[in-house]
Amino acid sequence: MASMRDIKRRKTSIQGTQQITKAMKLVSTVKLQRARANAERSKLYFECMYDTVNSILSRVGHIDHRYLQPGESKRKAVVVITSNRGLAGGYNSNVIKLITRHETWQKEDLDIYSLGNKGRDAFVRHGYTVRENFPEVIEEPIYADAMQLSKRLLESFEKGEIGEIYLAYTSFKNTVVHEPKLLKLLPVDTEAMQEDGAENESSGKAEAIMNFEPEDVEALDMIIPKYITSLIYGALMEAVASENGARMQAMDSATSNAEEMISDLTLKYNRARQGSITQELTEIIAGAEALG
Amino acid sequence: MADNQNFHLRIITPDRMFYEGDVDMVEFNTTEGEIGVLPGHIPLTVIVKPGILVITEKDDQKEAALHAGFAEILPEGITILAEIIEWPEEIDGHRAEEAMNRAKERLASKTPETDIARAETALLRAMARIEVLK
Repeated sequence: MASMRDIKRRKTSIQGTQQITKAMKLVSTVKLQRARANAERSKLYFECMYDTVNSILSRVGHIDHRYLQPGESKRKAVVVITSNRGLAGGYNSNVIKLITRHETWQKEDLDIYSLGNKGRDAFVRHGYTVRENFPEVIEEPIYADAMQLSKRLLESFEKGEIGEIYLAYTSFKNTVVHEPKLLKLLPVDTEAMQEDGAENESSGKAEAIMNFEPEDVEALDMIIPKYITSLIYGALMEAVASENGARMQAMDSATSNAEEMISDLTLKYNRARQGSITQELTEIIAGAEALG
Repeated sequence: MADNQNFHLRIITPDRMFYEGDVDMVEFNTTEGEIGVLPGHIPLTVIVKPGILVITEKDDQKEAALHAGFAEILPEGITILAEIIEWPEEIDGHRAEEAMNRAKERLASKTPETDIARAETALLRAMARIEVLK
């Protein structure tokens, strides 16, 4: 049996860890509330944007537009949103797995645009091409950041450097459920949208015929970049909320694990103490008897 | 036209609901020119160009600098999805003036590398900001 001093030392150290995890849990709870409110506010904008783009696309049908067709290049750009710091359970590895375990994608064809240091580190380690990393963006996502990133991606798309653009992030369902998601940004997935649109129409939500100024195609030119920006921004908001949710959960279970270990060690410590008392007594009695 | 009809205006930015309420008329600048929208307008989607947004309420008039986004007009209301929009009290007049001078300079000293479209948008934005402050 370990000595009393060893057990005591171990217990103090675990208590120290528990204090840290407890504090971290509180911090991420507060951050989560804020991030969640932000995510909810940005949702409205995104939904309106989605409806508008959807209605334009369902009207113009299958047209020859550069944003609706894959580019010639085989390369794919993937925007990956992860965190800068760890201790968030499986949050980062789940997003990264979406890409490293993808069935058809080849490592060589991918350009990673990483938002968050953890993602960059992991992809560099796996030998992917990390084009850029913007760690500061996820600390406090603002719309201008998303605008800048989507502009860069679209430029690259127009130059023909990349043929498709994807977005990998963790979507925020509620405080305990977060789901890693892979989304196709460009070319715009018209089929999925039209299915959605068909559902709306069958539910009797068909709207009056919309006119466009300028013409449809020109309007698409201007609206799709905005649409992509809003997708990236929405994903950022959700990812930040998920990150804090994941960290809160991880820290919660760490705290209760520490609790368990402490009670276990307390038991062991008491047993060891009792043992040593018994032993001392036996020794004294034995000594007294020998003298007598 | 329909005088008593409620005409609902919603201005949504990525971070907040900028404005929501019943209005009489909305005026703003689009890529096709300035428009004023009254209740009962035909359905129309337009792209915003930097300019002033004037909201005429029952007995009040509000102005804001609207820089980018697009608007969906329906007979019973307008939804403006604004990427950038500011109330006058949020604008830094000093900065706007500096930006205007910079943009003008860039347009005046044109070189082949100058991104004219960008400079023009910057100029329009700065002008909209200054105009709203007046």
